[in-house]
Amino acid sequence: MFQNINYLSFGEAGILLEFGSVMDKKVNLQIHNTAKWLNDHPFDGFIETVPAYTTLTVLYDPMKFIHPNKSAFELAVEQIKRRIESMPEENVTVGRTIEIPVCYGGDFGPDLENVAGINRLSQQEVISIHTERTYYVYMLGFAPGFPFLGGMAKEIAAPRLSSPRLSIPKGSVGIAGEQTGIYPIETPGGWQLIGRTPARLFTPDLETPVLLQAGDQVKFYEITRDEYHAREAEHEHHD
Amino acid sequence: MSITIDKPGMLTSLQDLGRYSYQQFGVIASGAMDPFAHTAANLLVGNSENEATLEATLLGPRITFETDTYIAVCGGDLTPSLNGKRIQNWRPYKVNKDDVLEFGKCKWGCRAYIAVAGGFDTELVMGSRSTYLRAGIGGYQGRALKEGDRLKTGSFKPTFKPVSVNWKMSRGLRTVYENMGRIRTVKGRHFDYFTLESQKAFFEKEFTITTKSDRMGYRAEGTSLQLERKEEILSEPVLFGTVQVPSEGNPIILMADRQTTGGYPKIAQTAFVDLPKLAQAKPGDRIVFQEISEEEAQINYIIQKIQLNYLQTGIRLKNREG
Repeated sequence: MFQNINYLSFGEAGILLEFGSVMDKKVNLQIHNTAKWLNDHPFDGFIETVPAYTTLTVLYDPMKFIHPNKSAFELAVEQIKRRIESMPEENVTVGRTIEIPVCYGGDFGPDLENVAGINRLSQQEVISIHTERTYYVYMLGFAPGFPFLGGMAKEIAAPRLSSPRLSIPKGSVGIAGEQTGIYPIETPGGWQLIGRTPARLFTPDLETPVLLQAGDQVKFYEITRDEYHAREAEHEHHD
Repeated sequence: MSITIDKPGMLTSLQDLGRYSYQQFGVIASGAMDPFAHTAANLLVGNSENEATLEATLLGPRITFETDTYIAVCGGDLTPSLNGKRIQNWRPYKVNKDDVLEFGKCKWGCRAYIAVAGGFDTELVMGSRSTYLRAGIGGYQGRALKEGDRLKTGSFKPTFKPVSVNWKMSRGLRTVYENMGRIRTVKGRHFDYFTLESQKAFFEKEFTITTKSDRMGYRAEGTSLQLERKEEILSEPVLFGTVQVPSEGNPIILMADRQTTGGYPKIAQTAFVDLPKLAQAKPGDRIVFQEISEEEAQINYIIQKIQLNYLQTGIRLKNREG
């Protein structure tokens, strides 16, 4: 069904499947559907898939593909092609839509004022624009559960901080260029912080340890500080 | 059955061969920086290759054993001693209750792997015992070891009864550390994006490993590598040994604690069989990248795995295991 995939050798135990070269939601959805199909129908020697914007990397065990006159890479590519050929035609589905509560501004969003200033908007206008859109999760990376979201309005774009913060609290919602994202764990980072969510994006002991998955859609909604603390207390109660 | 950490050393953490199946969620693979030494240490004490070992860095720990067991130390020579008597890398030793394993100064390499028969009995997190330091998960309480930590060891197989421990893994099986400064690499996906001059320099000029090097990646310095044209690269997966070049031109070799994805152009991919050399390199060491084909890299990978399988079989026969 996807005739235009390039199969490239990537390390001794990896194959990079190139689906396209520009950011495109339709291409990206094909990638996630292919990844899901391979995960649900693994071949002998399959290890894992790592989806990205325009590529899907498949890791495999070369020791399962020893052959006198074919390389392990060639044999693994044959396996992947065979799997992809057996994918049902109408398999392209959008992921779930997940709503993320955010308490904007104050010490949770120390850069909200700055983002508003750069774009000549009020802080409330930035919040309205940020909560209006539906975002698409192209991929996870940078940190566990960190979503690379597409679809942010240019009107609230803001450059990265010239000097990154050494520590950003988990749950922080930020803007970098025309991207918005959420920090699932405490890490250093250079995004402009506009708010914080009490939602847990990374829970290591769950079978699926992340809240957001590639291919999902995300919508933010505003909550008050009291609501934020109530949610946090709820988490602690469960922990 | 357990061991006590009397002194933690500079950076000692539990590692296995890494955490897989979760990179799709942004969870890094982690794992031993020197997978060869890690594997050898495990095999020498009758463990499977993926049991956790202690990865010690430059300055090793001081450990007291609370029970009789077998141990092996492989990789960098951090001058280990048992009850004050110098012991050798690459061979098994029997240790008794209250014995003390200590390390002195680093004579060669950078990282040593300490395997204990039966491995370490810590909780598997997402299928692995590797410590993911930044997220604080895996290993022992998700962190590097501290003074006073008590680690439970697994029970070693009752079949593991070495007839003798008075033997050592032969030099012929340790050729991975020959030519320490020669790092074989395969051209990366974005190799052609660099100027012809930079392409040439990458495989000809010497690079120095800088102090900005850790489990996540090594920053090297030498000829500044420049792109022919500024090309926007969308984030995509990176691997252990991927060499990427940020705009300032100094290559970064991604190591065990690399992020799952990266957005810098990839100039090359380090051959898996040469990762142990990098794991044992220190800041100030010089390296030259040598080009090999992807077929050659994969064949070398397979050969190394087969050699390790032979080693495992050899050890089993020696120990009269089933």
